[in-house]
Amino acid sequence: MIITKSLAMFGRFCMYLGRVFAIPDRWSVFGKRTVQEVSKLGIDSIPLVIVISLFIGAVCAIQMQLNVTSPIMPAYSVGLATREIILLEFSNSILCLILAGKVGSNIASEIGTMRVTEQIDALEIMGVNSANYLTLPKIVGFVLFMPVLSVLCMFMAFIGGWCVAVFTDLIPVSRYIYGIQTMFNEWYVWYGLIKSLVFAFLIASISSFCGYYVKGGALQVGKASTDAVVSSSIFILLFDVILTKLLLQ
Amino acid sequence: MIEVKQLTKSFDDRTVLHSVDATFYTGKTNLIIGQSGSGKTVLMKSLVGLLTPDSGEILFDGRNLLGMKHQEVKELRKEIGMLFQGSALFDSETVLGNVMFPLVMFTDMSRAEMRDRAMFCIERVNLKGAENKYPSEISGGMQKRVAIARAISLNPKYLFCDEPNSGLDPKTSILIDELLSDITHEYNITTVINTHDMNSVLGIGENIIFINKGYREWVGDMSQIYTTTNEALNDFVFATRLFQEVREYVAENGTIDKRKVQK
Repeated sequence: MIITKSLAMFGRFCMYLGRVFAIPDRWSVFGKRTVQEVSKLGIDSIPLVIVISLFIGAVCAIQMQLNVTSPIMPAYSVGLATREIILLEFSNSILCLILAGKVGSNIASEIGTMRVTEQIDALEIMGVNSANYLTLPKIVGFVLFMPVLSVLCMFMAFIGGWCVAVFTDLIPVSRYIYGIQTMFNEWYVWYGLIKSLVFAFLIASISSFCGYYVKGGALQVGKASTDAVVSSSIFILLFDVILTKLLLQ
Repeated sequence: MIEVKQLTKSFDDRTVLHSVDATFYTGKTNLIIGQSGSGKTVLMKSLVGLLTPDSGEILFDGRNLLGMKHQEVKELRKEIGMLFQGSALFDSETVLGNVMFPLVMFTDMSRAEMRDRAMFCIERVNLKGAENKYPSEISGGMQKRVAIARAISLNPKYLFCDEPNSGLDPKTSILIDELLSDITHEYNITTVINTHDMNSVLGIGENIIFINKGYREWVGDMSQIYTTTNEALNDFVFATRLFQEVREYVAENGTIDKRKVQK
């Protein structure tokens, strides 16, 4: 029963994506809406990314200092371990899990409200492909801006760790900076960016799917919003495992 | 003209529309009336293509909606305007943005031409001065008028209205009814109105189709409704004391002398 239901849902999602990735009715309208979505989903997330990254970077540095420091470990290993955590997991998987809450619920509730207030029906009756009109700009806008958020997250998290070194006596600043730079593997940055692109697609597409098929009223919109966050988070974790296996091994 | 032939629609095991036949005339206000749950909304949604009937035909000036390909349906929809029960205005757009929306999506007009056309439609529904307001900043009656302006912006051949008076006070309801009636005659549109507002039925019903329990029970106009012998229609239209008295008055006097009422 659950398998049948899941397969039916997956089929419905694929058909929905088929409608989403149709050619836009008007490229000028699509371009304008994409810019709006970059602003709404991407630029508006910058303050959240900055705050979270600063604190998590600081916490990572402190925890590394407490756990990694030993007579046989060099002092720079705190910076090195902090860097690896930030590049490999925090700037993509953890960041996207957090953004699934903000962006995912925003998308699902917006589209869900449009559904229950008949705005989507109005688009359909006018002859507009509503799935394409509403969702494609969100997916393109968020996926395009995600690398910016990811790089910003990396940078701000390093700053967070640096602040710990500067304002406490836990780690020498020079050792932290040396650790951040030493044995740097450029591929880890690309790996993080590739993951963040996939996760951004998952968040935008799954959340809009949850909102698009809402039936009922305000209560169901709230439920769709929760479903969007939960489903996006599960698929982010699932694809994290798959992509890590594919890209790092 | 829209012709509906033998239209049947079921949900699971429950048949909501039973072989319904109906004709909606061009240049007339065509009303679908019936109790809640009678199937009139299903009929309206089938007419505009939001629901797919199990069997039957829906002919838009001879073109069968149910036999059309996707692209043909898309083209037909450009000839359709629709006024939803809750107005369905786009929250993120101003009144002007809402009315311009169909023009932006489906015409090659310049920005200035689109603005002129949208302003003409806004003025036609007496909303000049509200063009820069957002839907949340205007009243329910004004939202309905914006929705009418949006529906007529592309010069539609067919106008569908789902419960246009729901949630409105009687005076605003009459304004909306008059506006719909005027637009229908002015632009020679096939207007289909789904309602259970008896003021609308007796005020603008030029072609009335009564749906009862999924069957087309009665067809006529507003003058014939006073003398109908159909029991279900009588129970529905003259359910309130006020309308019973109106019917008795009409039976005694032949018609309502509007000048007398004005006094």
